[in-house]
Amino acid sequence: MALDQSFVGRTYPPTEPYEVGREKIREFAEAVGDANPAYTDAEAAQALGHPDVIAPPTFVFAITFKAAGQVVADPQLGLDYSRVVHGDQKFAYNRPVRAGDRLTVTSTIEKIRSMAGNEVLDIRGEVHDQDGEHVVTAWTKLVARAAEEA
Amino acid sequence: MTAKISYADVEVGTELPAQTFPVTRATLVQYAGASGDFNPIHWNERFAKEVGLPDVIAHGMFTMAEAIRVVTDWVGDPGAVVEYGVRFTRPVVVPDDDKGAVIEVSGKVAAKLDDHTVRVDLAATSAGQKVLGVSRAVVRLA
Repeated sequence: MALDQSFVGRTYPPTEPYEVGREKIREFAEAVGDANPAYTDAEAAQALGHPDVIAPPTFVFAITFKAAGQVVADPQLGLDYSRVVHGDQKFAYNRPVRAGDRLTVTSTIEKIRSMAGNEVLDIRGEVHDQDGEHVVTAWTKLVARAAEEA
Repeated sequence: MTAKISYADVEVGTELPAQTFPVTRATLVQYAGASGDFNPIHWNERFAKEVGLPDVIAHGMFTMAEAIRVVTDWVGDPGAVVEYGVRFTRPVVVPDDDKGAVIEVSGKVAAKLDDHTVRVDLAATSAGQKVLGVSRAVVRLA
């Protein structure tokens, strides 16, 4: 069943703040095998002009995707999550995420369309810090594959 | 934001040092924990095959995290990345052996933009197949 076009433009309430921890950044950097000292050594990060260790560019996805869960799980939208694959992902940074940030995400449905039976959903997540400063915008394209004929 | 590469020193076509990134089942378990993405298609072979995949596959976001390292290692400061986007075209299939899979990433400067920024186009393959499409980063140089 096609998703309801009237959901385009709908914005969900901002999430509760996520506090970015130094050790969580370290854990993520280790998991992707990235030894850049800007992720783990505050002095190295400061030498690059950052107030504290920064997070790898894709770190913030864990936060924005959890926020997108509000959209994905909205029963009124009716997305079949068991058929969903991640199509595209994009980030535009105002500054890197860093330790100590308390980040909130505001998710908006940007686009809904049907392509060859697949439902394509574009979600934009605007990430702000505790001072209301914009940090990064994340665009996530989810594709719900057409159900097979029974 | 202190890139170690100077805008004046690059031109369209400048190649970034290519890199290869190994990925085993253990890598995926570690990434699942660090990222909070516990979808069983990334660690449970039985489940992956039930949903029609050839085997366990890497998280798309893992591949995205590796690919940008070609850019961040080149510029030094990961905070110099202004934009980064990819399309997930094919999964990275990770067999249950001690070798796993390898993701090969190359990049080159595709355009010089305003304000000391350049667009880098990335190419990522695994087992000879393109795994990311339209993979682009905008990065601010010194």
